[in-house]
Amino acid sequence: MTLRIVNARLIDPASGRDAAGDVLIERGRIAALDGDARAARAERTLDAAGQVVAPGLIDLAARLREPGEEYKATLESEMEAAVAGGVTSLACPPDTDPPLDEPGLVDMLRRRARALARARLYPVGALTVKLQGETLTEMAELAESGCVAFSQANIPLQDTQMLWRALQYAGSFGFSVWLRPAEPWLSRGGVAHDGDVATRLGLPGIPSFAETIAIGTILELVRATGTRVHLCRLSSEAGVALVRAAKREGLPVSCDVGVHHLHLCEVDLGYFDAQCRLDPPLRAQRDRDALSEGVADGTIDCVCSDHTPVDDDAKHQPFAEAAPGATALELLLPLMLRWGALKKRSLVQTLAPISCAPARILGVQSGRIEIGAPGDLVVFDPEAPTRMTPDALKSQGKNTPFLGYELPGRVRATIVAGKVVHEGE
Amino acid sequence: MRRNPQLNKNGELQHLLSIEGLPREVLERVLATADSFIGVTEREVKKVPLLRGKSVFNLFFEPSTRTRTTFEIAAKRLSADVINLNIAASSQSKGESLLDTVANLSAMQADIFVVRHGSSGAPFLIAQHVKPHEHVVNAGDGRHAHPTQGLLDLYTLRHYKKDFTRLTVAIVGDVLHSRVARSLIHGLTTLGTPEVRVIGPQTLIPTGVEALGVHVYRNMREGLKGCDAVVMLRLQNERMRGALLPSAQEFFKHYGLTADKLALAAPDAIVMHPGPMNRGVEIDSSVADGPHSVILPQVTFGIAVRMAVMSMVAGASA
Repeated sequence: MTLRIVNARLIDPASGRDAAGDVLIERGRIAALDGDARAARAERTLDAAGQVVAPGLIDLAARLREPGEEYKATLESEMEAAVAGGVTSLACPPDTDPPLDEPGLVDMLRRRARALARARLYPVGALTVKLQGETLTEMAELAESGCVAFSQANIPLQDTQMLWRALQYAGSFGFSVWLRPAEPWLSRGGVAHDGDVATRLGLPGIPSFAETIAIGTILELVRATGTRVHLCRLSSEAGVALVRAAKREGLPVSCDVGVHHLHLCEVDLGYFDAQCRLDPPLRAQRDRDALSEGVADGTIDCVCSDHTPVDDDAKHQPFAEAAPGATALELLLPLMLRWGALKKRSLVQTLAPISCAPARILGVQSGRIEIGAPGDLVVFDPEAPTRMTPDALKSQGKNTPFLGYELPGRVRATIVAGKVVHEGE
Repeated sequence: MRRNPQLNKNGELQHLLSIEGLPREVLERVLATADSFIGVTEREVKKVPLLRGKSVFNLFFEPSTRTRTTFEIAAKRLSADVINLNIAASSQSKGESLLDTVANLSAMQADIFVVRHGSSGAPFLIAQHVKPHEHVVNAGDGRHAHPTQGLLDLYTLRHYKKDFTRLTVAIVGDVLHSRVARSLIHGLTTLGTPEVRVIGPQTLIPTGVEALGVHVYRNMREGLKGCDAVVMLRLQNERMRGALLPSAQEFFKHYGLTADKLALAAPDAIVMHPGPMNRGVEIDSSVADGPHSVILPQVTFGIAVRMAVMSMVAGASA
């Protein structure tokens, strides 16, 4: 199968290219560009006049709810949502039921994903058995069955001795560890940023230093072990500053932020809007601005959707009892385009944190448009708006703070390994 | 931010969810309406027919005898039918969701839901889902708000002190967990009270409380100086000993209201408490029963204020 895309505005954040061009994909990989691609014969040709063609998006955190939570979402629905959102590769955290702590589970999940032939799936294995923080998982085995990194998802390790040992062990095999920096004691019971809004609404708070203390601990252990650590879902200004200093020091750390945290802050909780119940919590305006600046200056490597399908029963609850999380696979591109417009960033700069940067963290070849790279592309119209309605969303999770919003960007086609896996209007 | 969900298009009180965001005129109207009901509560026949034929559902997801009873009395004096539901012991424990419970009761033709819930914001959620002719009155939600208590506190202050714009009011104790404190603070700042103080150890004062327009005092003696009113908050048993406080005794020594501490306030200062009191923990008996105490009149005013609130929301057009 050969696929040719012509008349595109070709954007490749990895090389900084933003110019008219053509792409040819052959046997799943990019085989030719521009003149050569144009001249080649192909079984199918897509005319992308007026459209942007960019590397398919790579999302470092999307919960697919399988295994175990199929009532919230299924692999079918969420993979469909991924490609509808232009996401061609995604990493899923291990907080499924049971958690991804056994090679058999990981195998099955990957097999199911491959059979669906939508986006590429990169499971993140559990760092400890059942995520309970007591026993290391068989990381080497899990890596063989396809885990790309190891993580505790949103359940931080309380025991710092365990964390130290886990980093030592993972580092022995060259694995990286993805950690959500959240000091468990300080986070305990909290449901919102410990600040003016939580005080006004009478909601138990999570202070920013729950994040910075955890980052401090993790950075010390990175210094001690040399293990590569990816910090997940930063939420505070002080957290960004710590990572900036750590990178300057040369520590092997990277980090990401959830896309909601670039747009929303505690004020958006309004009168207890449970759609804004997220984990980590939305913090103050200055935190949001610092996160946004952190993405702009490269301190924050990647932006992820932190896609978390939550059903209505779990969301339509008093704020503190509502399940945290939002559906976001289909909002990642629109929200990044909105961010880029607000921050006056070029499309190259806007797309880097959701393509080549996460590819580097995952250690995969996709996320770029060059000869030999996997044929994963997204074709989208950056100007056409999309209205976020429950019906328009493919995800089984319909809950998002942006419900009813009109956001920029409309995905016209998503291509994985040279196959058109989604076509939009 | 969205329009205040408690007011209808005409600016009338559709629900009472929180004092925050209510305009001064609405607060003053509640107090004036309560004035007119004070007479009723002193009559031989303590009833007016304002809510005849209406049903008031007392929905208490959290146990409370006192508040539920005052709402019940207030509703009955307005000639409403009152149905008491102790949800803590029934449907919620069977796994029914909050909104299902409300939908079911709504099908039984309620006019007013009086809601007490342990989770901050629960009455807002209910108010979003009730039918246009149904009204929600918050009878206390988590740490967030207890607006009828706040209004009866305002009524009491006005009764004894007349002018809010010349007052110094101190609120003492567990502000962190107190919906009473939050409601009163919003009420006082809306009515132009120039000096509202909160007094307590840092463990019991919420982060950034200054943003609500109050001054924070760690030292009670300093904080009480010159106060016209002292509002003592209840300290829950489970918080007397643990991470927030070492013991009830030490709390009483430093933050309990005693006659010698009260002497630092203005000579004609009044002492208030939302009840139920912990004598010897937040307040000394000699003060609670002393000449400055207006704690029992607060209870009487509470009925008139709740009558005012229910008659006003029931009168608001959808």
